[in-house]
Amino acid sequence: MDAGLGPWLPPQVPPDIFGPLQRMRILFHIGRYFQLMGEVFGRPERLGVYWRRIIEEIDLLGVKSLGIVAMLSAFMGAVIALQTKSNINSPLISDTLVGFATRQSTILEFSPTIIALILAGKVGSTVAAEIGSMRVKEQIDALDIMGVNSAGYLILPKVIAAVLIFPFLIIMSMFLSVFGGYLIVAATGIISTSAYQTGIRMDFMPFSITYALIKTEVFAFIITTVSGYHGYYTQGGTREVGISSTTAVVYSIVAIIISNFVLTKLLLA
Amino acid sequence: MIEVKGLSKRFGSTQVLTDISAVFKPGMINQVIGKSGSGKSVLAKCIVGLHVPEEGEVLYDGRSFHHLEKDEKRQVRQEIGMLFQGSALFDSLTVIENVMFPLRMFGVMEPGAMRERAELCLQRVSIEPEKNKLFPSEISGGMQKRVGIARAIAMQPKYLLCDEPNSGLDPQTSIVIDQLIAELTEEYGITTIVITHDMNSVMETGDNIIFIHEGRKHWKGGREELLHTDNPELSAFVYASGLMKRVKKAMGG
Repeated sequence: MDAGLGPWLPPQVPPDIFGPLQRMRILFHIGRYFQLMGEVFGRPERLGVYWRRIIEEIDLLGVKSLGIVAMLSAFMGAVIALQTKSNINSPLISDTLVGFATRQSTILEFSPTIIALILAGKVGSTVAAEIGSMRVKEQIDALDIMGVNSAGYLILPKVIAAVLIFPFLIIMSMFLSVFGGYLIVAATGIISTSAYQTGIRMDFMPFSITYALIKTEVFAFIITTVSGYHGYYTQGGTREVGISSTTAVVYSIVAIIISNFVLTKLLLA
Repeated sequence: MIEVKGLSKRFGSTQVLTDISAVFKPGMINQVIGKSGSGKSVLAKCIVGLHVPEEGEVLYDGRSFHHLEKDEKRQVRQEIGMLFQGSALFDSLTVIENVMFPLRMFGVMEPGAMRERAELCLQRVSIEPEKNKLFPSEISGGMQKRVGIARAIAMQPKYLLCDEPNSGLDPQTSIVIDQLIAELTEEYGITTIVITHDMNSVMETGDNIIFIHEGRKHWKGGREELLHTDNPELSAFVYASGLMKRVKKAMGG
């Protein structure tokens, strides 16, 4: 980046996304975000170095999120199954609906969107804090002075890693969520396990999985680039790194929710 | 040689630098001195291209940096080494990996030669080989500065910029760092610019000194002339400490 990153940039403010000040700045941020993306996807210096960083990022952003994703998914499936059963009062509605509803809500919405929101918190804050700390410690300036494309070196491996690993996390989440529903059904006996199994196989449309994975890829891109953007333009000291981290999470969540609506309208409606 | 011509920089409505011109020659320690907030670090960032000046230009051996194409700028940047105030070592890399980093990024050598070059640079700045595998957080501030210098010289730069290399260091370590910068400058014929407000450092190594006050160049000269200046702002800066006041008294001032 040749442009200076000094004090003429608007000062950072806490993420009051509906405040008048933020509304005025939104165009500035959108413009600068796309400018940064131009740098991120610019020519890399050495692919070998990037490859090593991608592997490290897969571990940091993906493998280290396995635990939280697994736990949340299993409980999510269990709760969906319990709530669906508790809302069926009519004897005309079959028990198989519990399995069907668990599978549909998990695949279409809960796994891709809710897990993406959780990852926006976990991964987004990690990315923004890491890059923000490098900015305030002048490590990004050091990269720029060496002639390294700092935006590409720092953000691109995270984007590629997330785009590669998030689909696996979401597929695992789908499986564990449906399995969580099965376990609660088996443990409580609210319906028979065979009815649940019949329900999860009923009217299955393979495109649902495609739809969920398309959403996952878009969300992975949003989380890493929005958080990378906020970290990259951090100014000041440790307090501002914290603000960048929070802002990154808030903006990632807002962008995920809006793009979820747009993608659903485009792909399903 | 680095030449700065009529350089002006402002942030919003604040004018930080006004019409700065200076010539920084190779093989000697060129120092930019001034109070905190005088614009020294902004000048350094304009010189290395981190800030774009509103007016003026920076010439690296005749090449006007801010008018170069992107690839040419990258080429010039590979000829610049910079030592930061806080060292700016990469936390996730070990000492030797930090020094190897620029070599690895630009693929100028085979992996074995890269390691050899990094070890040589670390040896040159007196870092014991057993420290090579430590992370920056595991070594002292003075050592971090020395590793920073080793990283800056790894690519055999033609230009070396040091932003307050002594900040946060004790007087003894400061002198070691100053002498190391002076030795390397002479040894490799580098054009070195040191940004500092440390009078010990100025008196120890300053060959070609410019004094910045409120964003303007107020004075230029050598360290001997500095002691006999009649410039009121410079005099106030030089003789601010009790020690320097005693030096002045001893000189009959």
